Amino acid sequence: MSSSLAARRKPGSLTRSNLSGWGFAAPFLVFFLVFLVWPLLYGLYMSLTGKSLTGANDSLIGFANYAEALADAGMWRSLGNTLYFTVISTVPLVLVALVMAALLNVGLPAQWLWRLSYFAPYLLASTVVSLFFTWMYNPQLGLINDALSKIGIPKVAWLNDPNVAMWAIVIATLWWTVGFNFLLYLAAMQNIPHQHYEAASLDGAGAWRQFFSITLPQLTPTTVMIVLLQILASLKIFDQVYQMTAGGPGGSTRPVVQYIFETGFTGYRLGYSAAISYIFFGLIVLVSVMQFAVTRRRSA
Amino acid sequence: MAIQTLDRPTSGTSTSPELRQPRKKMTAGKIAAVVVAALIAVLWLVPFAWATATAFKTETDAAAPKISWVPPSGFTPEAFVKVFQDGNIPLWTWNSLYTSAAITAITLVISALVAYALSRIDFKGKKVLMTVIIASIIVPPPVLIIPLFYQMLALHMIDTSWAIILPQVIHPAMVFVLKKFFDQIPRELEEAAVMDGASRMRIFTQIILPLSRPILAAVAIFVFIGAWNNFLWPFIATNDGALLTLPVGLQTIKSAYGIQYAQNMASALLAALPLILVFLFFQRQIIKGVATTGLAGT
Repeated sequence: MSSSLAARRKPGSLTRSNLSGWGFAAPFLVFFLVFLVWPLLYGLYMSLTGKSLTGANDSLIGFANYAEALADAGMWRSLGNTLYFTVISTVPLVLVALVMAALLNVGLPAQWLWRLSYFAPYLLASTVVSLFFTWMYNPQLGLINDALSKIGIPKVAWLNDPNVAMWAIVIATLWWTVGFNFLLYLAAMQNIPHQHYEAASLDGAGAWRQFFSITLPQLTPTTVMIVLLQILASLKIFDQVYQMTAGGPGGSTRPVVQYIFETGFTGYRLGYSAAISYIFFGLIVLVSVMQFAVTRRRSA
Repeated sequence: MAIQTLDRPTSGTSTSPELRQPRKKMTAGKIAAVVVAALIAVLWLVPFAWATATAFKTETDAAAPKISWVPPSGFTPEAFVKVFQDGNIPLWTWNSLYTSAAITAITLVISALVAYALSRIDFKGKKVLMTVIIASIIVPPPVLIIPLFYQMLALHMIDTSWAIILPQVIHPAMVFVLKKFFDQIPRELEEAAVMDGASRMRIFTQIILPLSRPILAAVAIFVFIGAWNNFLWPFIATNDGALLTLPVGLQTIKSAYGIQYAQNMASALLAALPLILVFLFFQRQIIKGVATTGLAGT
């Protein structure tokens, strides 16, 4: 009786729910469709055409752009640079953040002061960071070479030496963004129940022992997330490279996002540029799928 | 390990965050921690200090081959005055302020609305919608720049502020941060209002939103900082000098001022100042905002 009543009432109320549900979703959906879904699909279409900014050849050319990209040494080099940056930046960006958070978690006085100094650079625009570091890296007038010369290390052409430039960018990036990972670690550490430490210290475990036996294992899920988010963030590198070295010297720091930008807006080849965008996207999807697999296994 | 269970009853008093680290005395380990933490802090402050020292020099002193923290001809605000007289920094700051504010406002409104629907309303297609929004989290913004630029040309929005604002209001991860928060609000709170025949919109604005202030603030902070500092998209979307945002405008300074180091650093510091000041005032909220939205974001 009551179930049939419910069944009879359901269609009407569901319609009303449908209306209000989609009504609440509508404003977001409009933006979502126009500024994310549509460009994503249109970009895919573009990648199959010879479209250029000068208006030539809108017709479909199949996978020619992809074939060309796969044979394009410039694309491979920029992808290689991106991966190289990702590998060499992720380790310090996670480790230094962990060390910073662990130091503060000991219970230092004036927490706000430490948080301010470690995190403040994250609030700067990439342009500000680039101006700071271009100045500090200046071979003749820069602070860094001056400091090195005091301990007897000869001048380094930080941004002009192909072997050093990427490391120079890693250092600037570390300074700029490590505060973000640091905050995530600090928040996670402060969520570890204090009882664990009390029990351990009653057992006679020292600070080091506590860190390696309690803190680190408890942080594992956080560490996995931070590493994966850092990899995804590092793969998108563009701003600071473009501003500090413009991809040089000799293309040694040019990341794939810059290559996309240049083929599209300097080379006017929108279709080709879109194809490279999709190859890059494929890489990101691959990493994201791995992230999903790892985090799912952890939470299962 | 057996002690752990014995210990538990007494630990109830130490759960407050302020009391969480009540270490008794300055042990040797703690002193070492202070020293290392201080060393890192000094390293982290050097770029600010060096930029400030340079910005207050004359151009001649700044370009002198001998490094000096205290310049031979003394400190002077002349670089700041010159940069300010140019008028660009205030204009760019204003552009950044209103585009970031607009992005934050639109993002909050549309994300909270859709998050409410996903959290509370049963409607047909909800699962599909949810899946599509989740999936879109992995789309990296740089992939969209080429088609978005083309689209903006077609919509005649290039060289308007709309081109900067509109594509930056979609934050799928933030939708889920909000949805998760809404999920935790007890349904009983709404039931009385439902009995009184209140509309969905009324429940949303009068019950859900007021209870969600902390998370709304966290999302707002996260989105605002991102929008304020975004470089790539505004760089592509505008060529009109009057519309440049702070990060894009600064990029033009580098070539314009060439080797005027003091003016470069003065501009960088002026550009950095607003967010640093905001941080000093709202430190607690910003840290909480980044920590709660951070893992879901980026």
